[in-house]
Amino acid sequence: MLAKEVKTGMHFINGDEACCEGALAAGCRFFAGYPITPATEIAEAMSRRLPELGGIYIQMEDEIASMATILGASWGGVKSMTSTSGPGFSLMMENIGLGICTETPCVVCNVQRGGPSTGLPTLVGQGDMMQARWGSHGHYEIIALSPSSPQEMFDMTILAFNLSEQYRLPVMIMADEVVGHMTERVVVPREEEIEVIDRRKPTVPPEEYNLYHADADGVAPMANCGDGYRIHVTGLTHDERGYPAMDAKSHEKMVSRLVGKIRNNKDKIIRTKNSYLDDAEVVVVSYGISARSAMQAVRDARKEGIKAGLIKLETVWPFPENLIRSLAPQVKGFLMAEINGGQMVLELERCAGGACPVGLVSNFGGAIISPGLISNAISRIRRGTA
Amino acid sequence: MTTQKAPKAIPPHPMDSLLRTERMPHIWCPGCGIGTVFSAVLAAIKNTGWDPDSIAMVSGIGCTGRMAGYIRLDSFHTTHGRALPFATGLKLAKPETKLIVVSGDGDLFAIGGNHFIHAARRNMDITVVCVNNFNYGMTGGQQAPSTPLGAKTTTSINGSPEEPFNFCHLASACGATYVARWTAMQVRSLRSSIGEALHKRGFSFVEVIAPCPSSFGRRNRMGSALEMLKFYHGRSVIRGDIDPKDATMDIDREIVVGKFVDIERPTFMDHYEKINRSQMPQWRSMHPDHQKGR
Repeated sequence: MLAKEVKTGMHFINGDEACCEGALAAGCRFFAGYPITPATEIAEAMSRRLPELGGIYIQMEDEIASMATILGASWGGVKSMTSTSGPGFSLMMENIGLGICTETPCVVCNVQRGGPSTGLPTLVGQGDMMQARWGSHGHYEIIALSPSSPQEMFDMTILAFNLSEQYRLPVMIMADEVVGHMTERVVVPREEEIEVIDRRKPTVPPEEYNLYHADADGVAPMANCGDGYRIHVTGLTHDERGYPAMDAKSHEKMVSRLVGKIRNNKDKIIRTKNSYLDDAEVVVVSYGISARSAMQAVRDARKEGIKAGLIKLETVWPFPENLIRSLAPQVKGFLMAEINGGQMVLELERCAGGACPVGLVSNFGGAIISPGLISNAISRIRRGTA
Repeated sequence: MTTQKAPKAIPPHPMDSLLRTERMPHIWCPGCGIGTVFSAVLAAIKNTGWDPDSIAMVSGIGCTGRMAGYIRLDSFHTTHGRALPFATGLKLAKPETKLIVVSGDGDLFAIGGNHFIHAARRNMDITVVCVNNFNYGMTGGQQAPSTPLGAKTTTSINGSPEEPFNFCHLASACGATYVARWTAMQVRSLRSSIGEALHKRGFSFVEVIAPCPSSFGRRNRMGSALEMLKFYHGRSVIRGDIDPKDATMDIDREIVVGKFVDIERPTFMDHYEKINRSQMPQWRSMHPDHQKGR
């Protein structure tokens, strides 16, 4: 090896570079992408680092191709990823669906900027949260993470690869421009301290193997191209063998499992970082860069004797439904802080189920939410004037 | 009183070892040219003598794209137009695998046109077999980038107002290292061209003019499948080694067939390795080490 794949030590790097280092530490050796602000630095870092490690960096003609290419690489047995921002994320939706349907492990990092359309290329946004959830056609479940700092860009990229390999699907990292571009301390642990999960391989001979015959957890062991299993992979509705099956019953069976492997394992997948929740009267829920403003607001509230708490979503999808449901009858209200017109707040309202008020602190993009705005909203919810 | 006949055992087909026989019968219409092309692809693969586990097929969407579902190789039926970028990822992740992309004219050159020109430019080491039947067959026969000017389809009932691409000229201009065209009647030449394309290092392209009697033929009153085959064959003129821009593709005048390009050019991987070695003398690709994981 010509260079170190895990750069153990303390670094002062931006979130995009930290994402690259996390990917390499997780075993990623393939990147296909297309330049786009504010995610370009991930591609640039990958184009420097991957060749050093014998991996492949390829710049594709567009994001449609980038997404298709990383799926192909994954079936070739190499951990792969791409990165983009809103406009490119829109183009990737088609092949994200192919990745979901064919159960292909890979990672997509979306460093969000203000939208719609070309929007605000250099300024922050969190407007792609519902697109991450529902952007490709048809019904499916996904896993999406949301880092709040360069350190979390590193940590969550490793987590994203591990979840994608474990559950066989494209996992999304829903970062944002501020987290991508801010430079902070990033601690890279020693290689042996980093948990790396690889896809489960078939344990039966080819004549007994079915590409989509799931184990008890709903996930099927995956044979790669060239392993001798002569697999057939299609985006058509398929049976356990992977062969097209054009009827309602087969479709029900396939989609049930695609959905079930996430829903039935959500307790193992969902991660939140909870602060001051035990006695909280007002609970702020937030993610990405907005969670840092929220943390500041909650600390300020505590200083003033207001019992505020924070749920920082590390997995934004699946949403921590049970946690919200259990808290809703006990609190005076929830607040969602996010940089869009109100997307994850819809999920928060659904889970709160009318048991308490739910407020929103937001802007449409271009600037982070100031902690003061969240503090004011906390006070209003507490007084019942929200 | 009727006598019950024992069901006739289906005799084995010489290509059974490369077929997912459990998936038969296939979905292609009677008289469709794709069966002939598929058969030529299978024969060409068999003739290479390569380990079947070292060959993979990738296809897009459409009638031709269904080949991937019938071949007993590692096979990938991807999204509409995206077979080439998918194959690009697979090839680079597993350079020792021989890759064949099969798809129709609409998939490769309309929705997938951008990917085609860039895969050829990069000289990805992939063989592309394009079945050109002048329309979108799977969806019932709509106008395609191959539809001849004035030809009738369900979306050009008065005749197509667009001029079609010449795919061989396009492939050559984009940098393909091997380019050939045959009609589906010229089976031996077709088989041998696909074989040459498979052995070619770099982006190789074989176009096959094939009848679609159910849609294109019916709407343009071209008669039966056999009559269509004969018609295309009758229009064909063999002119190998001419400038691909002169390889006319005009069903009203002539269909120039033959091998138009057969050149050597470094592939993407050749350049990638050379450039990395120039900066890092001990550089080596991750293969096969990466397969072991960490």
